[in-house]
Amino acid sequence: MGTGTQQKVSSTKPTSEIKSAVIRFAGDSGDGMQLAGAQFTSTSAVLGNDIATLPDYPAEIRAPIGTVAGVSGFQINFSSESIFTPGDKVHALIAMNPAAFKAHIEDVEVGGIVIANESEFGKVNLKKAGYPEGFNPLDDEEINRKFQLFKVPISRLNTEALKDSGLGSKDANRCKNMFALGIVYWLYDRPLDTTVGHIDSYFGKKKNLPKVAAANIASLKSGFFFGETAELFPVRYHVAKAPIKAGKYRKITGNEAVAMGLVTAAKLAGKDVCYCSYPITPASNVLHALAGMRNYGVKTFQAEDEIAAVCAAIGASYAGQLGVTGTSGPGLALKSEGIGFAVMIEMPLVIVNVQRGGPATGLPTKTEQSDLLQAMYGRNGECPVVIIAAQSPGDCFDSAIEASKIAMQHRVPVILMTDGYLANGSEPWRIPDHNSFEKIVVEHPTDPETFQPYSRDDKLVRPWARPGTPGLEHRLGGLEKQHLSGNVNYEPENHQLMMEVRKQKIERIADDFKPIEPYGDPEGELLVLGWGGTYGAIFTAVANARRAGKSVSGLHIRHINPMHKNLGDVLKRFKRLLIPELNLGQLRMIIRGKYLADARGLNKVQGRPFLVEEIDQAIDLMLQGKYGDREYLRPHHGLVRLEDQDYDFNSPDGGYTA
Amino acid sequence: MTASSLPVLTAKDFASDQDIRWCPGCGDYAILNQVKKILAKIKAKRENTVFVAGIGCSSRFPYYMGTYGLHSIHGRAPAFATGIKIANPDLDVWVVTGDGDGLSIGGNHLMHILRRNVNVNILLFNNRIYGLTKGQYSPTSETGKKSPSTPMGSIDLPLTPLSIALAAEASFVARCVDVDKNLGEVLERAAAHRGSSFVEIYQDCNVFNHFAFKHATAKDTKEDCIIRLEHGKPLIYGKERNKGIRLTGDYKLEAVEIGKDCQEDDLIFHDEGDEKLAFTLSRMQHPEFPEPMGVYYDVKDDCYEDLLTQQIKDAVEQRGEGTIEKLLNSGDVFTID
Repeated sequence: MGTGTQQKVSSTKPTSEIKSAVIRFAGDSGDGMQLAGAQFTSTSAVLGNDIATLPDYPAEIRAPIGTVAGVSGFQINFSSESIFTPGDKVHALIAMNPAAFKAHIEDVEVGGIVIANESEFGKVNLKKAGYPEGFNPLDDEEINRKFQLFKVPISRLNTEALKDSGLGSKDANRCKNMFALGIVYWLYDRPLDTTVGHIDSYFGKKKNLPKVAAANIASLKSGFFFGETAELFPVRYHVAKAPIKAGKYRKITGNEAVAMGLVTAAKLAGKDVCYCSYPITPASNVLHALAGMRNYGVKTFQAEDEIAAVCAAIGASYAGQLGVTGTSGPGLALKSEGIGFAVMIEMPLVIVNVQRGGPATGLPTKTEQSDLLQAMYGRNGECPVVIIAAQSPGDCFDSAIEASKIAMQHRVPVILMTDGYLANGSEPWRIPDHNSFEKIVVEHPTDPETFQPYSRDDKLVRPWARPGTPGLEHRLGGLEKQHLSGNVNYEPENHQLMMEVRKQKIERIADDFKPIEPYGDPEGELLVLGWGGTYGAIFTAVANARRAGKSVSGLHIRHINPMHKNLGDVLKRFKRLLIPELNLGQLRMIIRGKYLADARGLNKVQGRPFLVEEIDQAIDLMLQGKYGDREYLRPHHGLVRLEDQDYDFNSPDGGYTA
Repeated sequence: MTASSLPVLTAKDFASDQDIRWCPGCGDYAILNQVKKILAKIKAKRENTVFVAGIGCSSRFPYYMGTYGLHSIHGRAPAFATGIKIANPDLDVWVVTGDGDGLSIGGNHLMHILRRNVNVNILLFNNRIYGLTKGQYSPTSETGKKSPSTPMGSIDLPLTPLSIALAAEASFVARCVDVDKNLGEVLERAAAHRGSSFVEIYQDCNVFNHFAFKHATAKDTKEDCIIRLEHGKPLIYGKERNKGIRLTGDYKLEAVEIGKDCQEDDLIFHDEGDEKLAFTLSRMQHPEFPEPMGVYYDVKDDCYEDLLTQQIKDAVEQRGEGTIEKLLNSGDVFTID
């Protein structure tokens, strides 16, 4: 699809040029908000905007209709400049019912646009959303004063638009997300053809439902023309192309990127991916993506449980292929023993851990970074593994390749940490040149004369002998191994030796890492250190501070274990160290322990990514020396304030000063 | 090397160089010897054979085999074996497990490998006790079993491994006794079967549960306490071969005396393809009934790894072989000028 084919619809309304906008679709979980958001994203990507998205959906497939618990949202930040986050404040909210309105109105900027589906703001729905009897927020003076509120009877208009479509009223009503999308397309001057093409190929061709396709397209156009003709919106907005490097792109989510990275790595090593997994939110669609790639030689195995999944993956590696398992926090807990076994038999294994809110079942559909210590230490015995953390949806691709490479070349389990935000969030991804990848060289021994199962090379790596190779028959197991021979051995000195071999083997992997350098200045007042999916927010906040002339640099680490050898030196070059994390201080604990550094935290566990402004405030408080003795601060509703830090646990809202 | 000059392997060639550490007199020795013997007999290749085990006395088995071996984690051997077969369907994989490993901590995996019909041979050594942890009762121990963890007697019902296997859609189900002459034959049949073969082996733990299967092993009683199954033959047993099993009008089993209660033709004829019969046989328990030994059930069914390989072939045929270039350019690709 090229940009030259876009259909241009002329308009009589004035157009205001803006740099970027954040919009959010919100409705009931059955209202098709994720689809509308994904379509807006694709259209904007094709137009050449930089984009970042944040889908936010409930854990229940169909929570009670009309309730706040059942609200599903999709936020898109699209811009004519480079952006790194889905945005803090919402420029335009599309609220399909009162519950969606209630759940999201707080995030809309003052003066922002709110398009409310007036048809759904009846008594019953208002009550379901928990509004007091007789109160309708659409009639509330304060809300009308604070926002540009547009009341549009989307459901009714959509039904009218489809009265001759041949669809029943229920099916016709399901198209209302396209009507809403049409309005938003008009408001932000977007062409319809990407979405029309998608509807055609999905409903028309794939599902063979031409009537449904026609109705969805009719709804989309009706919404668009409603925007144009109704005397409602005084102005429309235009966001120009971003200065994105020329080339071929696709929109990519973190989970898609992981799947593609694993397949690429396997091809580069001349192996099959054996992806063994048990369904778990938000990791399942890595399994779905890979299951659809049989023609790439991909073998997927939906195991009976998390434990079977990791064991089957280890079995696949033992047989000589690339064994991978994917999961989220509770699944990682179940896989602990299996991962420990892979450490003991020194077998390649990639574990993709898409983090979600914990502990226990926690917040299955929400993002968090609270599995770091589980990944580092969550096994019996001294049991080091490699940990790599991806920092953006597109970076999940490179991270998956690196994780696979290290696992295969060093015969170690590698935990690849992503999170719900990266997994489901998307960005435009510049497609790399397929010739630009280096082969992943993996050797398997064949010579019985020289073979010893636990002999070592200079990286302390033992040979990866494949069953089927004559003369190399040997036995592996979870009991302690004798150095070199690999036989079962319980001798005191041998156990100490083997423990240190396994530890040093991991540490030597860092020999291959290039020295790490902060962005900004190489030294200064404050270093903001981060890992994983918080990259975009931290990078943006550091850039804000630097623009304001503050002595702040940033450093984002991909390698959590082993760490870059020069990390300690970098940390020493800064007077203060701030580590923002979506947990209660897990990297902070590691850094404090390893480098005796006085790291302070900004720690948020609200199921949502950082707002840039939250990190802005923490940076300022650090620079002003306001942290005092506090090890970390936390934001409340976007504000990081010293006076909010002490909870009153007897008060329903925690008693911070709101 | 030409085919005619290939060395002929004997049972000894399937032994590893490790000292065997089972207790003297353990039933495991007999099983190990039979396994090595039949591997030589069926001309198995050492390099192509993998023994996978979980944890427990029986699960030490791979260390004593001169093949490839994986002594894995407790209960999970079927999962490891499945991964191995998915990655390389050409390997001959044997799973060795016990009543605790296979039916307690690993019950879930056993059930699923059977229903998937992964082409492996599963040997479940049933000694009705936890040996390695020193004598606690197991999921196959009889109710009332006194053990260190049940000093007043166990209060739960035991499982019947064969009933479990059949309910889990196993395509080959058999039983034998560690010291019995038919063990080798059954193992050979199991090896020849394509798909999951499940063999329960009554194994004597002479330290913690000695004589648990005395009825099936003692020379003077065993022929009255077991039935040797033969496909197409009537269910006859007894030292004098004068006893049999017939079905009553209300579908119950009845032990009868041939010539006195009925004729041979009135007995049940064994049919290895009859799932209901196999299940019924699996419910026969000493002392009420003689316990059937041999192959209960043997049917052909597709193997998991074959179907997976076929899906890959089909996908390649339909969509062409995937390359990195093709992969990277999949999805909605657009160009920014």
